[in-house]
Amino acid sequence: MSQPAAPPPAQPPSEPQDAPVAAPAATEERPPGLLQDVLASSWLMTVCAIVLALVIGAVLIAAADPDVQSSAGYLFARPSDFFTAVWQTISSAYAALFQGAVFDWAAASPQRAIRPLTETLTISVPLILAGLGVGIGFRAGLFNIGAQGQITLGAILASWVGFTWHLPAGLHLAVAMVGAAIGGAVWASIAGVLKARTGAHEVIVTIMLNNIAVFLVLYLLTTSVFRSPTPQVGRTVAETAMLPGLLGDGFRLHLGFPLALLAALGVWWLMERSTVGFRFRAVGSNPHAARTAGMSVPWVTITVMAVAGALAGLAGGAQLLGTERNLTGAIAGSIGFDALTVALLGRSKPLGTVLAGILFGAFAAGGRLMQTRTGTPIDIVLVLQSLIVLFIAAPPLVRAVFRLRAPGERRRSTAEAAA
Amino acid sequence: MSLATPVTENAPAPDDAGRLRPTWRGPIAYAVIALVALLAMPLRTPDGSTRFRLSTETDFAQIPTFEVPAAPTVWVLVLLAVALAALAAWWTRQGRRTGLWLPVVFGVALLLAFLTFVGAGRSAVIPLTSVATGTLFLATPLIFGALSGVVCERVGIVNIAIEGQLLAGAFIAAVVGSLTASAYMGLVAAPVAGALVGMLLVFFAVRYHVNQIIVGVVLNVLVVGLTSFLFSTVLAEDPGTWNQRQALPVLPIPVLSQIPVIGPILFRQTLLVYLMYVIVVALQVYLFRSRWGLRLRAVGEHPKAADTVGIDVNRTRVRNTILGSAIAGLGGAFFTVASGLAFGKEMTGGRGFIALAAMILGRWSPKGAVAAALLFGFADNLRTVLGTIGSSVPPQLLLMTPYIVTILAVAGFAGRVRAPAAEGIPYVK
Repeated sequence: MSQPAAPPPAQPPSEPQDAPVAAPAATEERPPGLLQDVLASSWLMTVCAIVLALVIGAVLIAAADPDVQSSAGYLFARPSDFFTAVWQTISSAYAALFQGAVFDWAAASPQRAIRPLTETLTISVPLILAGLGVGIGFRAGLFNIGAQGQITLGAILASWVGFTWHLPAGLHLAVAMVGAAIGGAVWASIAGVLKARTGAHEVIVTIMLNNIAVFLVLYLLTTSVFRSPTPQVGRTVAETAMLPGLLGDGFRLHLGFPLALLAALGVWWLMERSTVGFRFRAVGSNPHAARTAGMSVPWVTITVMAVAGALAGLAGGAQLLGTERNLTGAIAGSIGFDALTVALLGRSKPLGTVLAGILFGAFAAGGRLMQTRTGTPIDIVLVLQSLIVLFIAAPPLVRAVFRLRAPGERRRSTAEAAA
Repeated sequence: MSLATPVTENAPAPDDAGRLRPTWRGPIAYAVIALVALLAMPLRTPDGSTRFRLSTETDFAQIPTFEVPAAPTVWVLVLLAVALAALAAWWTRQGRRTGLWLPVVFGVALLLAFLTFVGAGRSAVIPLTSVATGTLFLATPLIFGALSGVVCERVGIVNIAIEGQLLAGAFIAAVVGSLTASAYMGLVAAPVAGALVGMLLVFFAVRYHVNQIIVGVVLNVLVVGLTSFLFSTVLAEDPGTWNQRQALPVLPIPVLSQIPVIGPILFRQTLLVYLMYVIVVALQVYLFRSRWGLRLRAVGEHPKAADTVGIDVNRTRVRNTILGSAIAGLGGAFFTVASGLAFGKEMTGGRGFIALAAMILGRWSPKGAVAAALLFGFADNLRTVLGTIGSSVPPQLLLMTPYIVTILAVAGFAGRVRAPAAEGIPYVK
């Protein structure tokens, strides 16, 4: 396998132990200090991580290209061929990625030229919503790996409300979205209640719930309630329950995007301005102190999971009522796992999550065009996403690669090293 | 779990003898499961008999197909399960802990009862040996993955990346096997791939203190991305060179493979399965009976104490995590060279997560992990079995059961489940 990680830093970083803001030694279950460290690194680090991931991605794209491979065969005879091939491959792949994600300058009409951007935003809707949910969990010290299952449950309920009930236009949509939120919340609460009552680790329980949700949706699609004439596809949701489009024909962007922004605003208010959010953050940064201060840690655990699940459920609802319209076994795609990386990249803050969601939406939209136009498989996007998050999570590594100084740590650690 | 543990708030208080008192959740779970089985199966068993077969045509020892009267057999097996539930309750009352055999016998009795139940009154023969062979076959990657989890978590590193290690192992085994035209070379290369993923895990988790769960989750995505990318580019361009099917030959062990019933199941396998037997036994012995195992567990339970007596905590963690990851990588060879298949995108299909569940259900011990992995392998195999018998039970619901069982287990309904105390916490001096 080709080298997936960055090469080890040329200079060992002089401050490998600068991580813990709060010493993790005092905690018994989870190390909140580390999570805080992940969440607190700066914007510059994010940019550096993205650049580093794109560079490694470029190496991969070039290495896998047949032209590059053949010209590497006579590298020393005619090096210019090799470098031209490398440049050609990388620039065409990344240009297609940009054209598919933001603005297609080669398109025939202005509508088609801006369509990529609207596609990016459309794809980002469920990523943002689910990412917000995962982020709330992170800040409360809970690893909600279960967004995937919660999205599935949200989509199941949204579709059920969408095709069985018959309500006036706006109301039907609202009820279907509320149903989606409830579906996700209930599914996540299973993990929350088990964690609060029995101490069952939420990571394991949510992974298991993800798998159960996969089989649940496959089972439901065989039942008479959900079954449609097409095998493995659920019944079609009524027009009244669909999220209306924002830009008319030819565009998929729907009301879900402003709703996602609204949800981000709501989460910001909840986490930064409300008492409930204060409790969430308090339990996340130090459960013992929170308990001593009279907060009920089990209550917070259950509530956080329910809120996170409701947001993931909304993501499932938005996916079904915004674009898919029919329930399928693959309704959740990989949104739930992408949401984890979105939340990490966005440092679990609402604004960051929105931007990270749009970035990953751009990768997904651009990746499709890149695959059709240059033949570079869309799977490279997974590599880029995971590398970005790995680098974000290890600021000292990125600092070492870019020879950046740690904020306010340099002097102290050199002094320590000298001592 | 013989090691003294730091008393945490969640753990039950030790009694006077210093042992941990068993909880009532286990017996309650057995009772509930036995009761459900009692209500669901014996009374509804159709008249007639169930036909079982204990050998295949190619076996050395041929055993004729035999019939059992369905209803009485189901009754006996379910009542045995009820009796075991009662025994578990009695022992808990006495303060005795139940061993591993009780859940295993309990599970096997109910599984046999279920097979008798679905086969009752049907003309189809239930091929017990092929059920067992299929179970072992499907359990193989789970056992490797779960053993990897045992080693990593016992030393204090959460290995969520088992899935990625299996996939990387499968990929490299296929590629190396194809390039060298030798399945055995693929088998040699597979653990290297797993170890590479493990190195990344410890690189970020131990060196940079990145949260281990985050690293694991992200590494899974990275391996899926890398293998799928290379599959669609390099492997797809010239599958004849890069992704040619290679199959490990079946090596029947002389004499042993001629034992009736168990011979063909256990001893007519590929080298990978024999390696698995060796690793299971070796880990079970060395983890609990050697200096290496004691140090490993000490680091996972109380790194500060281990450090105090001179054990290099982080070095122990790095080495053993890489070792554990190599075991998972070896298990990845199952998907390609051991099954005789070419590599395919995401071909591990979440088995790494089931392996994780098996490890927890097996309470972080090698033999427990094997038992749990066999249970999951059986559930997976049931789909095929029910297909051949023609049962009406929806397969999707059956496929859910391993996950539900795992949730019940981590919630403490299958006895006390306790992770190594220092798991997931980076060690900083």
